[in-house]
Amino acid sequence: MTDAQTAPSADVPQGDVVLDVRDLVVEFKSGRQRVQAVSGVTFQVRRGETLGLVGESGCGKSTTGRTLVQVQPATSGTIDYRGQDLTEISGRKLRQLRTKIQMIFQDPISSLNPRRRIKDIVAEPLTIWHQGTKDERAAKVREMLEAVGIDPDAAGDRRPGEFSGGQCQRISIARALMADPDLLICDEPVSALDVSVQAQILNLLADLKTRFQLTMVFIAHDLAVVKNVSDRVAVMYLGKLVEVAGSDDLYREAAHPYTEALLASIPEPDPDHTSDHKALTGELPSPLNPPSGCRFRTRCPYAQERCASEEPLLRELAPGHQVACHFPVGPLASAAPSAGAQAD
Amino acid sequence: MIGRRRGGRTLEFKDIGSHDGPLLVVEDLHTAFRTGRGTVRAVDGVSFEVYEGKTLGIVGESGSGKTVLSRSIMGLLPPRDVLRSGTVHFGGHELTAMDEAELRDVWGAELSMIFQDPMTALNPVKRIGTQISESLVLHLDMDKKEAQSTAVELLRSVGIPSPEERVRWYPFQLSGGMRQRVMIAIALACAPRLVMADEPTTGLDVTVQAQILDLLADLQRERHMAVILVTHDLGVVATRADDIIVMYAGRIVERAPTRTLFRDTKMPYTRALMDSIPRLADPSGARLDAIAGRPPDLIHPPKGCRFAPRCHYARDKCREKDPPLRTVGSPDHLFACWYPLVDGVSTAPPVPVTLGDPAPSASVATAGADATTTDDPTEAEPAQ
Amino acid sequence: MPDDRELFDSGASAQLLGDRFPGMAATEETALAISTEHIDGDDILAKKPLGFLFWFALVWITAVFLASILANVLPLQNPNFQNYSALSQGPSTAHWLGTDDLGRDLLARLIFGSRVSLIVGFCGVAIGLIVGGTAGLVSGYKGGKLDVALNAGSFIILAFPAIVAVIAIVTFWGASLFHITIILGLATIPLMFRVIRATSLSFAQRDFVIAAKTMGATDTRVVLREILPNVIPVMVTFSLISVAGLIVIEGTLAFLGLSVNLPTPSWGNLINEGTANNALSTDPYIMMWPALAMFLLLWSINLIGDRLRQRFDIREGLL
Repeated sequence: MTDAQTAPSADVPQGDVVLDVRDLVVEFKSGRQRVQAVSGVTFQVRRGETLGLVGESGCGKSTTGRTLVQVQPATSGTIDYRGQDLTEISGRKLRQLRTKIQMIFQDPISSLNPRRRIKDIVAEPLTIWHQGTKDERAAKVREMLEAVGIDPDAAGDRRPGEFSGGQCQRISIARALMADPDLLICDEPVSALDVSVQAQILNLLADLKTRFQLTMVFIAHDLAVVKNVSDRVAVMYLGKLVEVAGSDDLYREAAHPYTEALLASIPEPDPDHTSDHKALTGELPSPLNPPSGCRFRTRCPYAQERCASEEPLLRELAPGHQVACHFPVGPLASAAPSAGAQAD
Repeated sequence: MIGRRRGGRTLEFKDIGSHDGPLLVVEDLHTAFRTGRGTVRAVDGVSFEVYEGKTLGIVGESGSGKTVLSRSIMGLLPPRDVLRSGTVHFGGHELTAMDEAELRDVWGAELSMIFQDPMTALNPVKRIGTQISESLVLHLDMDKKEAQSTAVELLRSVGIPSPEERVRWYPFQLSGGMRQRVMIAIALACAPRLVMADEPTTGLDVTVQAQILDLLADLQRERHMAVILVTHDLGVVATRADDIIVMYAGRIVERAPTRTLFRDTKMPYTRALMDSIPRLADPSGARLDAIAGRPPDLIHPPKGCRFAPRCHYARDKCREKDPPLRTVGSPDHLFACWYPLVDGVSTAPPVPVTLGDPAPSASVATAGADATTTDDPTEAEPAQ
Repeated sequence: MPDDRELFDSGASAQLLGDRFPGMAATEETALAISTEHIDGDDILAKKPLGFLFWFALVWITAVFLASILANVLPLQNPNFQNYSALSQGPSTAHWLGTDDLGRDLLARLIFGSRVSLIVGFCGVAIGLIVGGTAGLVSGYKGGKLDVALNAGSFIILAFPAIVAVIAIVTFWGASLFHITIILGLATIPLMFRVIRATSLSFAQRDFVIAAKTMGATDTRVVLREILPNVIPVMVTFSLISVAGLIVIEGTLAFLGLSVNLPTPSWGNLINEGTANNALSTDPYIMMWPALAMFLLLWSINLIGDRLRQRFDIREGLL
C-alpha cells in the first residue's frame, strides 16, 4: 500500500492499527536556520507487533520517538492514536491519553529521579492519577518489581544511585508498565548496557510484551538487536524512511543501498565472515542542507542522474516491503520497474 | 631504530632486526586502586606478548579490567592511590622501571594510544594540525614548517578530505568519525611500533566504525605496526585480530588465535558471551542466551573461579579453587577453567552427590578429561 | 521468567572505579554512571563522620541564635545605658567584655546587636530565596519567552554594582532594620535566580522529568515532586553562603554609617564605634569582640554549608 492509500484504523485486517503516523515533520531552530530532523515520515504500528526503527546518528529516529510521546512538538503531520490525533489535543485530555504511550529511555540512570526511593518512583503513575488505596498501590509495586526481576524488599527503599545500569533499566520498565500502556516506545534501551546485560533486558522486554500484551516501537542503531526484537523494521536516513519490511525479509532481501551498506558494516563475531559489499564512503551530509533528490545519493555506489533530480518516494516492492529508491538492489530488484515508478 | 634526540638526550631502541622475539612482553601485571571502600584489584595478574606487525584483541565487559590494563601498560595511571606490580618490556626496555620523563620519550614515538572518546582526548582549543605536529616536533625534531606539511599528509592518509584546509580546524568542527581519524593521525604521526587502540570505535555509527577499522588495518599493513585492539565487541576483533585475549574480573580467562577462539572455545564465559549477542542471521524473535547475574566485586572477588557464580557448568571445585591459566595440547590456546568446553560441550561431570569430589564419571568427554581432573596445577603447563 | 533476581550491589566495583578515577570508566555504562549525579544523603550520612569542627560550628550558631532570641530574658545589662563611671573599661567581673567609650556594657551590646545581623542575614536571604528561587525553579524548567526575559533581567540587575545601589537606596529611603533587610533581600534575588535556574535547568533535561510528563503529571507536580527535591541541596548551601555574605554587607554599611540608626547596636555599628576616635589603639577590645563574633559566625556558616554540600554529593563523599 502506498502512502496516500493507507487505510485508516480499524479496517486493516491484520490486527487493528494502534498508531498511525502521517507525514510527520519535526523542525528545530538552529540559530536562524531551520533543521528538519524528521522530514515527512509515514508509518503504522499494528496491535501486538514490534516495529523497529533503525538508523545512524542524525537520522531522526530518536526525535520521532520523542514526538510520539509528545515531549517533542511536531511541526506538522498527524499522529493518530486510536482515532485521536495527538498533535491536536492538549491539556487534561492529552495528559490522560499520554499514559497509554510510555517510553523507555537510553540512559537508565538519568531516567530515574536520584532523590526518590524506588518504590515511590515505580508507584508514580498510580499516585498521579490517585488510583487505588495506599496498600493497593504498594501491592502493585511489589508485583511489578518482581515481574522485572528486582527484589522489592531489598530494593524498594533504596535510591537509584545504588543500582547498576541494567537494574535501573528494569526499574524504568516497571514504572512504565504501571501506567498500563498500550504502546511502549523504547528509545535505545540497551545501547548503554554491557553485552551480557543487553541480552537479559531484551529477553525481559520480550517476556513482558507477551505478558502485558504490549505493542512496541523499538528504536536503536544496532540492526542485529533491532532485528532480533522486531517483527517489522523501518530504516531511516537523514530524516526519511528509506525501507520498511519484515525483519527477516529486510535481512534476506534488503532493497535499499543504505540498508545493504548497514548490513555489510555490522561486525559479525565470525572470523570467516566476509562481506562482498564495500563499506560506505563519505560522511553524513549536514541536515541543514540535505542533498537534493535522494538524500542518500552522495554516498550511494549506484547513484545516477535521476537520483539528484527526483526524490524517490516510499513505494511497495513486494507485499509488506516498501522502499524509497529509484534503483533498488538485492533479490527484489528485478521486481521493481525502475522507469517512471513514482508513488501514486 | 635510530636514536631519537630530545634536548640532547638520546634514547635508543634496539633494532629487532630479525623479528624474532616479541615486541611487547607483559609479565604478571597487577594494578589496584585504593578507594574509600577497599582496594579494587582491577588487573590481577596478566601476562602476554605481542609480536611485531600483529594484532592482538583484548575483549571484555565493564569491570573486566581491559581499560585499566591498557593504561597500566602505557603507564598512564593516576599518580596517587595506585598500586602496580609486574613488568612490561617493550623493545628491550622495561617500561615499568621508567619514570615519566623517560616514558615521554616512548609515548608517541614508539608506543602510542588511540583513545575511546575523541572529543575528550583532543584538546578543544588547539587546532588539529597543531596537535599532530606537536608530536612530530617533539619526537622527530622536525622544524615547524616541515611538521605542518607532514601533518597535512597524515590527515590525507587517514582519509580526511581537503586536508590543507582542515588542518587549521578545531575538533568541534569535525564529526565523530573525523575526530577519530584525527586521533589515529596523531597516534601514528611518528610511526610508532605499537599502537594501543582503546575502544576506538565505541560510540561511532556502525558504518563509520567499519571505515575506521579498515583504515587502521590498512595503515598497520603499510607500516608493519603491532596493534592492540581493546574492545567489548567480539564482532570487531573477529575479523581484525590475529590473537584474542578474553578478560574477566581482572584476569585473562582465555587466549587463542582468532579462528581457534571462535571454532574451539574452551571457556564457558567466552562461549556464553558469544551466545548472548544477537546475530543478524538469527530469525527475529529468537530468544537470547543471556548470562545471568553481574560481574563480581573486584574489592572482594569470590573464592575460586570468578565466573563460577554465573556459569552454567559450575561445580563445587570451581567455587573452591581458582583455576590457573593453562594449555592442553596446543601451546597457543590458554584457558582458565576446570571443566573447559570440548567441541562446544562441557566437560563438567554431572552434578555430584558427594561434596567436592572431582572424580570424573564415564560420560565426561575424552580430550579435556585428563587435564581437568588433576587437582595439582603444577602438572598443567603454566601460562606464559 | 526473568533471568536474574539481583539484589542491589553497593560495592559494584566497576562503578566505584569509575567514580574514583573518571578516566578509568570501562564502558559507556560506567561512564554514564559517573556523569550523572548520585545523590544519596542517607548512605553517606551514615558513613562519613562530620568532624569536631562541624559540631563546634553548629554549637556556636545555635548559641548565637538562642542568645539573640532570648536577649530580653537573659540577665544582661541594658545595652544603651551609659554608665559614666565605667568608661572604656576592659573586661571585668562587672562587665564581662568591658565597656565602650560611653560606658555601655559590651556584652549586652554584642548580644542585642546580633539580632540585626541575624535578621538581615536570614530574612534577607529568605526574601531572595522565596522570590528569586521560585522564579529560577520555574523559569529553568519551563524555558521559553518568560525564561529569556527573566534571564536577561537578572543579568541587567547583576550588572549594576550592588553596593552603590544599596548605598543610594539607603541614603534616600532612610536606614532602619526593615529597610536594610528589604534592600539586601532584593539584592539577593537575582543571584538566587541564576543559581537555582541553572540547577533547575540541568535537571529539567533529564529523562526522569520527561518520564513524569509522559505519565500525565502536571507541570506543577513535576516541578514540586521531581525537580525541587534535586534543587534543594543547592538551595541550602547557596543560601548559607549568602547569609554570610549579607552579614558582611551589613557590617560594611554600618561602617559607612548607613546601617541601623544608633544607638541600636549592630555588629557593624559596634565595629564602627570601636574604630572611631582612635579607640583602636587605646581600647582595641571594643572593636575586637564584634569582629571576632562576626568572624566566628561567618566561618561557622560557611563550614556547615561546605560539609552539607559534601554530604549531598556522593562523589565527593567517597574521596
